[in-house]
Amino acid sequence: MCLASILLVALVRSAAADDLSVFHPASRPAASIRDLFYLVFGITGAIFALVEGMLVYAAWRYRRRKAGNDPEPAQVYGSQPLEVAWTVAPLLIVFVLFLVVVRSVFEAQEGNDDPPALRVQLIGHQWWWDVVYLDEQPGAGVHTANELHVPTGTDGQPARIEVELLSADVIHSFWVPRLAGKTDLVPGQTNHMWFTAEEPGTFFGQCAEFCGMQHANMKLRVVAESAESFQAWRKNEAQPALALANVTKGRERFLSLSCVNCHTIRGTAAHGTVGPDLTHLMTRRTIAAGAADNDHEQLRAWIADPDSIKPGSEMPNMRLSSAEIDAVVDYLETLH
Amino acid sequence: MAVLDHPAENVSPPVAQRAPSWATTLDHKQIGILYIITSLIFMAVGGLEALIIRAQLWVPDSHLVGPDMFNQLFTMHGTTMVFFVVMPMLFGFGNYLIPLMIGARDMAFPRLNAFSYWMFAFGGTLTYLSFLAGGAPNVGWFAYAPLTEYAFSRDHSTDYWILGLMVSGIGTTATAVNLVTTILVMRAPGMSLARVPLFVWMMMFDGVLLIFALPPFTAAAIMLLLDRGLGAHFFDTQAGGSALLWQHLFWFFGHPEVYIMALPAFGIISEVVPVFSRKVIFGYESVAAATVVIGVISMGVWAHHMFTVGMSDALDAIFSGASFLIAVPTGIKMFNWIATIYGGKIRMQSPMLFAVGFLAMFLIGGLTGIMLAAVPIDWQVSDSYFVVGHFHYVLFGGSLFAIMAAYYFWFPKMTGRLLSERLARWHFWLMLAGFNLTFFPMHIAGLLGMPRRIYTYSADRGWTIWNQLSTVGAMLLAVSFLFFFWNLFVSWRRGESSGDDPWDAWTLEWATTSPPAHYNFEEIPIVRSRRPLWDLKHPEDPDWEHE
Ligand code: HEM
Ligand SMILES: [Cu+2]
Repeated sequence: MCLASILLVALVRSAAADDLSVFHPASRPAASIRDLFYLVFGITGAIFALVEGMLVYAAWRYRRRKAGNDPEPAQVYGSQPLEVAWTVAPLLIVFVLFLVVVRSVFEAQEGNDDPPALRVQLIGHQWWWDVVYLDEQPGAGVHTANELHVPTGTDGQPARIEVELLSADVIHSFWVPRLAGKTDLVPGQTNHMWFTAEEPGTFFGQCAEFCGMQHANMKLRVVAESAESFQAWRKNEAQPALALANVTKGRERFLSLSCVNCHTIRGTAAHGTVGPDLTHLMTRRTIAAGAADNDHEQLRAWIADPDSIKPGSEMPNMRLSSAEIDAVVDYLETLH
Repeated sequence: MAVLDHPAENVSPPVAQRAPSWATTLDHKQIGILYIITSLIFMAVGGLEALIIRAQLWVPDSHLVGPDMFNQLFTMHGTTMVFFVVMPMLFGFGNYLIPLMIGARDMAFPRLNAFSYWMFAFGGTLTYLSFLAGGAPNVGWFAYAPLTEYAFSRDHSTDYWILGLMVSGIGTTATAVNLVTTILVMRAPGMSLARVPLFVWMMMFDGVLLIFALPPFTAAAIMLLLDRGLGAHFFDTQAGGSALLWQHLFWFFGHPEVYIMALPAFGIISEVVPVFSRKVIFGYESVAAATVVIGVISMGVWAHHMFTVGMSDALDAIFSGASFLIAVPTGIKMFNWIATIYGGKIRMQSPMLFAVGFLAMFLIGGLTGIMLAAVPIDWQVSDSYFVVGHFHYVLFGGSLFAIMAAYYFWFPKMTGRLLSERLARWHFWLMLAGFNLTFFPMHIAGLLGMPRRIYTYSADRGWTIWNQLSTVGAMLLAVSFLFFFWNLFVSWRRGESSGDDPWDAWTLEWATTSPPAHYNFEEIPIVRSRRPLWDLKHPEDPDWEHE
């Protein structure tokens, strides 16, 4: 009971803040897991109440009230009917549980043959997410990082988002609790999962398999929006980067530095693939996989010294002067 | 051996002469005590590491320790608690008690026994030397490849982890062989395998499990060593190696390992509960049989640690089914213990308090285990704090509570003195409260999306309160352990004298002096039933008439 009430409080509380609660699903797979959880919780809760009750009752009822040399109680060596009963009953319970689980495992595959509305590739890196939209026309690829935009669907028909999971280095795990359970990103293997987003909103998640120093700051957000705004976003993302005249100095500085060995800005000579694509950096809410907000101060701090925000990050300190940092940040801030 | 005629003449020599005798001893009782004391030291260290982890997570965006130190702390905490605390503590009790319980004068291989202990002590020490060598292992206690490959772990910390565990693993293998052999061939006349105390029975299957489960781990460790040192590619995914091969090999050891830490605990409970309920164990045969079934099934469930790696649905279903199945023999034991309590005349002395605590807490760990075996639920909560909560209910609420029962129960046998009941009660109630306060909220944090092994979280995620409850709980736990250590210390120095058989118990270790003489028994006893001392004390109604 106390267990259940604490859980209830947790449920209520979890409606606040940046919600990552598994009890608040926004997707079919996550909703079916929640329902399964309630069922299994109900069964195990009943077993808990029964067995814990028996234990407490027996320990309390038969406690010795006063010390002394009273005779030993009756010695009972066992009872076959009882022992058969408490072997068979649990066997039946776990058999039922097993059937339920098998059903929901296969249910998770249901609709797998429907054509997906969108196919995305997520590539895990120490410690950020590379996001590639598949089935684009060649040359018009949308490539972004740490933020996955998806459509909610049209005419009340939720869009099925199919995700291909790969890793560039170690094992990571994709977990956005409101959308689906985890699937690992295993180097040398491609995993698949899918979800729907039944309502517009931002869904938070983060890497769930320990992947080294900055495992804690390998966060991800999924932005679900109406088909129209998704298309608008996608159209913009497919464009090469803007090249505004008032930031030429910063752009040239950027292109002359080794930044280009790691980052891509489409439409320029920067073609690196070690770090996140920066073509439309300013459309993203955070930098460094959620380690900091994407604002002027944090951008400056990040370029001045990535370790000050995310110790151990693979991005080196570029040792720029303050003026150079200003110029580069001014340029980056035009990348809408 | 002139002393044979004078068992009471067990006078300790002065300290100066005593020290080398501890270092060179081959006596199973001294070796047992060495195991117990060494693992107590590791327990203090592992506990301290946990406290720093909890202190770091007290507030969001904390800067108490950096990510690098944090990752070392949880890796060393997990590694220490599993390999250098729970296992050796159980071996310590096993070493001390098994020859006494089966009416033998020592283990089958006393030299091998000493060798085992020293390998454990060196292995543990070696692992900790990494701190001095620039940094401790920081890859988690299951050290998933390819994070452990040279490309991603360039210093020597991972090598320390591999070598430390291999060294102590050699000792563990030797212990396993020694336990099984001793129990098979050294039993007193009349003590058939069907009459051994359940603790002995469970230690035997513990040894069997170890013999099956350890080699894959050792093989995997050697392969990793080859990868790191000699450029092999077993787990090197950049060169076509397999990341999942490590997981299969590790968990083929790692899951039975959970039962290796649990079976002896079940054994302890099966000794303590009857004595303090004043009743024979209910259904000896089915408890014994359940042990074997658990051992067998536990070898076939390892991939339930891998439901998220992208296995086929069929494999998921098979491993889920096997994991559910293991609940059945575990449940059988639970019901037998409760049936033993039922109708007894329970003495709620300290060993029984901890035994009941075990039953109450282990049940919760078992039930969250059932939730985790339901594959889709595991997809959500695997690698989250829910799992951290779950396995602490099993290992701490289970194994460690049972080990505490063992301390209070057998301390008088080892020292001739009773532990203080007053301090024991402080210890128990603080530990029970602290334990639940620490680990229950972790389930909730996990369900609210908090992954394990993160050194920091931001305030807007809504996890702060659950982490703060956990941290307060951990401090309570620390206080409870102060009572425990203090109790050990003062009672050992000047505790109340216990006599040979303070609990009016029934197994052979209580038939000899406390502490027992070097040779254990003046005369090897002849056994006619499962409770030889019951037979002695109740000649009118001996056990053998019922078995
Ligand atoms: C003072 C008591 C304890 C406290 C406060 C405590 C706390 C914790 C915490 C907070 C973690 C999670 C770290 C993370 O994932 O970020 C953890 C991990 C762990 N604990 Fe404990 N723990 C305690 C005792 C024990 C005991 C008695 C065991 C018994 C074997 C144990 C075994 C483990 C293991 C295996 C891990 C996993 C380490 C890893 O992730 O590599 N702990 N503990
Ligand atoms: Cu990761």
